Amino acid sequence: KKKNHHVTRFCCLQSVKGVWPLPQSFTISSERYPLNPQAFYFAYGKQSAAQEGCSVLDEAFKRYFSLIFPDYISGSILQFSEDQPFTVQVSVGLDDCDGYPDENSSEQLYTLCLSTGLETFSQLVYQEDFGSYFVNKTEIEDFPRFQFRGILLDTSRHYLPVRAILKTLDAMAFSKFNVFHWHIVDDPSFPYQSRTFPDLSAKGAFHPMTHIYTQSDVRRVISYARMRGIRVLPEFDSPGHTQSWGKGQSDLLTPCYRGSTPSGTFGPVNPALPSTYKFMATLFKEVSSVFPDSYIHLGGDEVNFSCWKSNPDVRAFMQKMGFGTDFTKLEAYYMENIVNITTALNKTSIVWQDVFDYHERIPKDTVLHIWKGDPASYEAELSRITKAGYRVLLAAPWYINHISYGQDWRNYYTVQPLNFSGTEEQKKLVIGGEVCMWGEYVDATNLTPRLWPRASAAAERLWSDEKQTSNVDKAFPRLQDFRCKLLRRGIQAEPLFVGHCKHEYQGV
Amino acid sequence: MTSLTSLIHSTICWRILKGVWPLPQSFTISSERYPLNPQAFYFAYGKQSAAQEGCSVLDEAFKRYFSLIFPDYISGRFYSEAIFILYALRVSAGQASLKAETVWGALRGLETFSQLVYQEDFGSYFVNKTEIEDFPRFQFRGILLDTSRHYLPVRAILKTLDAMAFSKFNVFHWHIVDDPSFPYQSRTFPDLSAKGAFHPMTHIYTQSDVRRVISYARMRGIRVLPEFDSPGHTQSWGKGQSDLLTPCYRGSTPSGTFGPVNPALPSTYKFMATLFKEVSSVFPDSYIHLGGDEVNFSCWKSNPDVRAFMQKMGFGTDFTKLEAYYMENIVNITTALNKTSIVWQDVFDYHERIPKDTVLHIWKGDPASYEAELSRITKAGYRVLLAAPWYINHISYGQDWQKKKIHIPFTGTEEQKKLVIGGEVCMWGEYVDATNLTPRLWPRASAAAERLWSDEKQTSNVDKAFPRLQDFRCKLLRRGIQAEPLFVGHCKHEYQGV
Repeated sequence: KKKNHHVTRFCCLQSVKGVWPLPQSFTISSERYPLNPQAFYFAYGKQSAAQEGCSVLDEAFKRYFSLIFPDYISGSILQFSEDQPFTVQVSVGLDDCDGYPDENSSEQLYTLCLSTGLETFSQLVYQEDFGSYFVNKTEIEDFPRFQFRGILLDTSRHYLPVRAILKTLDAMAFSKFNVFHWHIVDDPSFPYQSRTFPDLSAKGAFHPMTHIYTQSDVRRVISYARMRGIRVLPEFDSPGHTQSWGKGQSDLLTPCYRGSTPSGTFGPVNPALPSTYKFMATLFKEVSSVFPDSYIHLGGDEVNFSCWKSNPDVRAFMQKMGFGTDFTKLEAYYMENIVNITTALNKTSIVWQDVFDYHERIPKDTVLHIWKGDPASYEAELSRITKAGYRVLLAAPWYINHISYGQDWRNYYTVQPLNFSGTEEQKKLVIGGEVCMWGEYVDATNLTPRLWPRASAAAERLWSDEKQTSNVDKAFPRLQDFRCKLLRRGIQAEPLFVGHCKHEYQGV
Repeated sequence: MTSLTSLIHSTICWRILKGVWPLPQSFTISSERYPLNPQAFYFAYGKQSAAQEGCSVLDEAFKRYFSLIFPDYISGRFYSEAIFILYALRVSAGQASLKAETVWGALRGLETFSQLVYQEDFGSYFVNKTEIEDFPRFQFRGILLDTSRHYLPVRAILKTLDAMAFSKFNVFHWHIVDDPSFPYQSRTFPDLSAKGAFHPMTHIYTQSDVRRVISYARMRGIRVLPEFDSPGHTQSWGKGQSDLLTPCYRGSTPSGTFGPVNPALPSTYKFMATLFKEVSSVFPDSYIHLGGDEVNFSCWKSNPDVRAFMQKMGFGTDFTKLEAYYMENIVNITTALNKTSIVWQDVFDYHERIPKDTVLHIWKGDPASYEAELSRITKAGYRVLLAAPWYINHISYGQDWQKKKIHIPFTGTEEQKKLVIGGEVCMWGEYVDATNLTPRLWPRASAAAERLWSDEKQTSNVDKAFPRLQDFRCKLLRRGIQAEPLFVGHCKHEYQGV
């Protein structure tokens, strides 16, 4: 089909105004077409590699129909309409329908391809005052600036019911996030119900029945994410952040000593016992099969050495291994063993920056996750890590659990992930970023308003072209509008500032 | 009635009273406990009670508290006459008695009783032998909601009233209109909301809505204090009432923008008198809040008619005198309507002549500033309300509830201290609407609730308060209030309605 090129740019922003994140390149005409929900179709293009039967896209067509026509109740009386039928033809180059999205999934869009294109299309449709739907003549070519655009949820500090996770996945899709980093266990609780080690949750969860994720729950989350093109990246953080693990696995954690007797408290995982690695190998074997993503997050952050130091067996082990009194070497030894375990299971590891900072010997394809410090600190870390040839993920500027009064979304929007000293090759090693919602003060009562729309500010930074999206004042009305869209779609996104949304309070 | 032996076990006291928030002024609790059976539990009016069956407030409250006390019980419940004693609460074998001077005191006692009942692991209900004598330290314990910066649907307001009752708040300060929008649908001046609301149909409070809020509040012993703030904070009023606001000038021509209410026109006072006449009849409380804060003088200064008026009145170039003139007129209007006025502290700071019974509302500054203001205002003999430490719209990372439990200070005589009639938690609406109102309000506001109700000496230890407030927060959750967590952990019964 020949493309018509009646394009005028003056109204561009007006309709693309409603699309968040901003597409990389677009032209919009003032020419618009009415849409009639009763004569609107999604269809597979003849040349599309995926056709009807492609579960991901079949599901998506249904889902996006309701998102595009929120007022339409199905089974409405068929009205005589002169409207031409409007068909959205979807063609994809690869039939990767039955697989899972992975780090290499190309999200390159030509006009309206793939799930992310459907999202953009759904944001282009608007209603006039009397409720009629319209879409303008548009051409969009879009692709994400970074391939890893994640959200971290912490289900250990507070249990999050499955429906809260699914709701978050919905909202992630609306902002084109594509990785759900599930920080599933930590010190306070162990909600993951392991098939091999059921005591971990039976003894380590806040409540062994009501505050756990069964295998079925986990499968549900993974499948719901898959339908939205979202990867699920599990994190089983160790050797620190593991207090809850010791409840159901005695001998796993290091007993701390006061002088020559155990004090009764426990520290990080005990790196001096062979049983530790046997346990970890078995646990990660299960985790690797339960979570299909080819990446796994191993944590490795904030290891407190004082308990190890107090334990005579650990000290003896240090001597035996020739580590002297340098506990960073012991931590390195532990992490290297764990990374070997997961490498043998064919997974690529992601670890927090502490692992690099302690000079641990890790495979070249390990990804480092930067979380510490102010811009000066993390920019320096970005330089260091990429100079050493490792890929990095940036989380430090996006700890959105840190709330404050006022429009703090601007801080997340103005982050410049590649603003550090390094070569072009180094900059290519920045594979993306992550918005972290740590759970100390967050559970399902306040998760959604705290996440949205603030996380969406980071979403645009990770997807769109930085030059086109550096003006915060220009972004403000677009993000306000996008927030109203989120509300309409059932996401309790909080307000940016004074005002109102046309359609609000339907479900509140 | 058999006489009660009061066994005081302080460790048990705390464990069971742990569940009552705010902390009652004086109590003794025994370890002796009684099982409660929802099918054999009754509220009844005492023979000597002045209120009897037919008292709508208490009849409603009995129904409501039954469900709060037995959350697992599916109705088929019965209750006959209730034996209620007002707010001296005494629980013994097979019965409890609650005695209070007024119906409103009884409501507080019911709330406390509902918090004394607990469930064991298998779901059975218990209450311990208890004696409580309770009264609030301050009589005015308010929450301010701002429905102009963001419209709040009526159900969000009603939900807030529910949660207020759980923490024994008793005044709902409804900051109903302001610069951004005018959602109050006036019968006399329908254009105010038709032109001034965010949307004339979907973002307004009809007379029926307002009645509903007032009635729902009344059933919970909560006063509704309306605020129609002027002369500043009135941008939205000008949309539906032309000539009300002062036209600002650029040089000798109007700039097209408007400033505060125009104090130089007689039509202003005619309008205000009519509006307040309506407001006075719609809102039954004997108090009305007139605002009077943050008046920007630059627009008045730019307007030649206003300047001429200043000359005529002999105010020279002192615009505080013009503001004073305006406020004094408004206060006279409301006084004539038999209402007592509450105004923000600015009115006192500008030396306006106000009736001696006007209440000043302190909102500015750090502790040093508001302590000084408390002293000044009470020294001049006026009653005060304290809001400054409790602007809980100001969020920050971490456990900021601890700061809400501040010590109410200041230097002054005992007579002066008596003039502090209470305090208010303010939830201004710039960044708040129904998507985030409830978790932002609760349980942080409850920290202030205890400061306003309970004895300060008994409730000054934040570490002791923490487990009690955590427990109270879980109760709020159980009762359908989406109160956010204080810290890491969980509630036994959560996520039923999330």
